[in-house]
Amino acid sequence: MTDPKFEYLLRLGDNALVLSQQLGAWCGHGPALEEDLALTNVALDLLGQARMWLSYAGEVEGQGRDEDALAYLRDGGAFRNLLLVELPNGHYGDTVMRQFLFDAWHQHLLAGLGQSKDPRIAEIAQKAAKEVRYHVQRSAGLVIALGDGTELSHARMQASLEQLWPYTQEWFESDPVDAACADQGLAPAAPTLAAPWRASVEAVLARATLQMPTYVGHQRGGRQGVHTEHLGHLLAELQFVQRAYPGAQW
Amino acid sequence: MNSALPSRAAHPPSVAVRASQEQLMGWLDQVMDPEVPVVSVVGLGIVREIRWHDGEDLPPGAKAPRLQVVVTPTYSGCPATEVIARSIREALQSHGIPDVEVTTRLSPAWTTDWMSPQAREALRAYSIAPPVGSAHAGIDGSQVVDIAGLLGAADRPAVPCPLCGSRRTRLLSQFGSTACKALYQCNSCLEPFDYFKPH
Repeated sequence: MTDPKFEYLLRLGDNALVLSQQLGAWCGHGPALEEDLALTNVALDLLGQARMWLSYAGEVEGQGRDEDALAYLRDGGAFRNLLLVELPNGHYGDTVMRQFLFDAWHQHLLAGLGQSKDPRIAEIAQKAAKEVRYHVQRSAGLVIALGDGTELSHARMQASLEQLWPYTQEWFESDPVDAACADQGLAPAAPTLAAPWRASVEAVLARATLQMPTYVGHQRGGRQGVHTEHLGHLLAELQFVQRAYPGAQW
Repeated sequence: MNSALPSRAAHPPSVAVRASQEQLMGWLDQVMDPEVPVVSVVGLGIVREIRWHDGEDLPPGAKAPRLQVVVTPTYSGCPATEVIARSIREALQSHGIPDVEVTTRLSPAWTTDWMSPQAREALRAYSIAPPVGSAHAGIDGSQVVDIAGLLGAADRPAVPCPLCGSRRTRLLSQFGSTACKALYQCNSCLEPFDYFKPH
């Protein structure tokens, strides 16, 4: 097995990178100017976080790969992001629900990582946590506004929730990488985030008058590099310039 | 910005050997945030340390004395970060310090609580409402938001209008023209304005 810390850092970096790319696709297409700005600003925060995680991943790996090499020159099977973040943007409500489910988890994860025994992980997490607190306030507010909105918006948000729900289970499953990092005190064990996440989600869904799905998820594999059909399309766009013009500089 | 300005070429810089901390901070106080050009990097609170290096702690081949400026980023993805590092190097070089190294320090994470009173006043005069209250945003990062608890407009502190001073203002958009700002509108004078978010 490759170094668990390297693998874990890729997971963190790839979640942020892929979700950032997804949100960036809303630029110029948001339902209102304010939302357009918000989606792209959140994307920018996530991109900054991705850069910090991937830079560190490259250093830990020690093979001379920097953040750009890791972002632009890996194929889909080498990406370690959760499946949820690569799911299509869908309609605006889908994007909002995806964001909320992720933000609610992300803030609990970062709070745990802020206590990491690895000082570099701790400082990146503490920095990111401040940004994510703002993200989750916004996405939770939108879930409530749309869930407890019109009959149509309510129905759409309920449908979004049910469609995305099966993809949330893998976040809380342990695997050798996760267990190794938890044992070394580098990161909180994935299963420990389940209860706090569920409590956050439950509270917001209740105010949004949305029904929490009762079934558990069954879609898994992102952290191990087994992805949905959507990731390849996303990477084709993300990586095009570097693939077509290797070494091109901005 | 071009570092080879004609006025500087006319007066070749002499090495300001070991300028004092006060002098250096004074020079850096002239380096403005490119996105909020009335607030300096010092006023913003992102300059964390200035250190002269000479002798043993210099990397091989580096000329003494070398000046290290430690800055902390505001937001992770803020595109101004790289411009700021370049501006700092150029400003100090123009004062005769050829070897300036700008390094980044993440911890403790930047907070708007570090903004100087002068910087806040400059923001207000520039029609940007400065952050209200302390960010209290737990720089240990261990706190999580009680998301069920703080969502209503009533929970947000009033942001006084930087133009007329009225406290009857409302949030238009949680994000504004840059990552660090939100967009508000004054219900009294009706002007929309930027609000520098507590962070």
